[in-house]
Amino acid sequence: MIRLEKVSRSFTVGDQQVAALRGIDLNIAAGDYVSIMGPSGSGKSTLLNLIGLLDRPSSGAYRLDGGDVTALTDEQQARVRSEKVGFVFQAFHLVPRLTAAMNIELPLILAGIPPAERKTRVAQLLENYGLTDRADHRPDQLSGGQRQRVAIARATSMHPAVLLADEPTGNLDQTTGKEVMNLLEQLVEQKVALILVTHDPALGGRAARQIHMVDGQIVRDTGRST
Amino acid sequence: MRLIDVAQFASGSLRGSPTRTLLMMLAMSIGVAAVVVLTALGEGARRYVVDQFSSLGTNLVILLPGRTETAGITPGMLIGQVPREISLDDAEAILRSHAVKRIAPLTIGSATLSRDALNREVVVLGSTSDLLEVRHMSMGIGKFLPAGDIHESTSVCVLGNQIKRELFGNEQAVGAWVRLGDRRFRVIGVLASQGESMGMRTDELVIVPVASAHQIFNTSGLFRVLIEAKSRDAVEQARHEAEEIMFQRHSGEKDVTVITQDAVLATFDRILTALTMAVGGIAAISLVVAGVLIMNVMLIAVAQRVREIGLLKALGAPGKQIRALFFAEAALLSAIGSAAGLVLGYAGSTIIGQIYPSLPVSPPWWAVLAACTTALGTGILFSVWPARRAARLDPVAALAGR
Repeated sequence: MIRLEKVSRSFTVGDQQVAALRGIDLNIAAGDYVSIMGPSGSGKSTLLNLIGLLDRPSSGAYRLDGGDVTALTDEQQARVRSEKVGFVFQAFHLVPRLTAAMNIELPLILAGIPPAERKTRVAQLLENYGLTDRADHRPDQLSGGQRQRVAIARATSMHPAVLLADEPTGNLDQTTGKEVMNLLEQLVEQKVALILVTHDPALGGRAARQIHMVDGQIVRDTGRST
Repeated sequence: MRLIDVAQFASGSLRGSPTRTLLMMLAMSIGVAAVVVLTALGEGARRYVVDQFSSLGTNLVILLPGRTETAGITPGMLIGQVPREISLDDAEAILRSHAVKRIAPLTIGSATLSRDALNREVVVLGSTSDLLEVRHMSMGIGKFLPAGDIHESTSVCVLGNQIKRELFGNEQAVGAWVRLGDRRFRVIGVLASQGESMGMRTDELVIVPVASAHQIFNTSGLFRVLIEAKSRDAVEQARHEAEEIMFQRHSGEKDVTVITQDAVLATFDRILTALTMAVGGIAAISLVVAGVLIMNVMLIAVAQRVREIGLLKALGAPGKQIRALFFAEAALLSAIGSAAGLVLGYAGSTIIGQIYPSLPVSPPWWAVLAACTTALGTGILFSVWPARRAARLDPVAALAGR
């Protein structure tokens, strides 16, 4: 489903070109559970942003569901993001003035889904993630684990094909971190491709397929899917 | 994204920072209120002047002796001549014009009016029976000057309302005799109280037949001749013919000035409208300042909400949607701000109207419209840049809060 061919990404820092990614080839199928590990600065977050269409490669091709998405306009890319990609961030990124329910509803609002359908979907998500009694609480009234559950509910509200998680447990304690991982791993069973970026080997080790990156290159890939 | 959701999201983010929102609305509403109040004042002044002029009479043409040259001096004055006066016969001759409905010759002077031991100095107006109609005066009690030969100096007079009160109190004035200068006059009527019009208090006038006034003051010339044209369209013809008649009667010399009320009125109207627009324009500057304030605060808002914008992008909002959200915010701010400003402005003009009841204060519709469109326009215009800036943010950097 995701196919990266010779993808490179370089940034200009001052008057120097810094390569964050060098010639990445990567295939990920629906329902894959992939963890990307490596030291900081190894390019794992850049790779995640490229897959999530928040960034464009400097060279190489990226096909999502068969179509080349690097050639799309910003607006078309935003549409693809809206329909196929879900993000879970380390810092949760909830809108502070909106309630839990409204945060979950946000992608549906942006996609222009009618209010009646939004309401049923949000109610279902709140129930799935055990947040029904927290629906009208604002993020600052929620615990870290609850916030990340809201974020996961939001990421899945548009039924994405790919879920990108960048250090989703980074701001959580051990127990709640494990809870959040279980929730994310349940999604894999529903044929969602889960791509997890972490520097924690124990967390990365839970994934069926592990990719190690150093200096913008993949140095080890435990399972190559076609 | 649906329009109603855009509006809801925008109003949500406005409510999210109430102080900021309130201050911006305050700036906007003060601007709108300033335009409304100032133009209301200007328009009030204009209508006050127009009302004063029309209380003077309608379709009026005024004839006065002497010719006003641009230099302020007539050729005759250089050799020691004074302009020839306008006689009663001249005034009567003007009636020959078909465009003229009626005339009222005016002689003015001051004399001592006395009744028994009471006396006071009064302004004496010499005129004819038609003055009542020409000047839109109304009688309180009794009759106005009798119609008849313009040269006949009957000893009757009409008192202004205040004069009557001062000399007679609550007593019956009509039928009584008073002394004016060295002649005795019989009071035949009292004017209704009218207050002031164009600086002349009719309440403090004594009106006598023009020929009698000439005898009191020992003159034969007229101060003014008020000419009422048959209709509004006939004013120009009346002016022209009056000038022509005087030209012929004064043996080919143009030594009178004819002014039309419309010309004077139009000048005042133009001046005061220009003045109203000028103060309105100055007030509109405050609206532009409010617009700049909105831009400033929107830029701060964009900087403060970088992460939120990044998130919206990650969730699949294209640039134009983010632009629309910020536009909606600015439009909402300006709309509510100008609505509040209108309320404030109308309240302000009502209060001014209460303090100065003689001033017909009401904001002209064009000023209200202009104030609202300027408010909305500047609000939206000045949010273009912040909105574009928000839309162009790089999502990765924005999510990191950079």
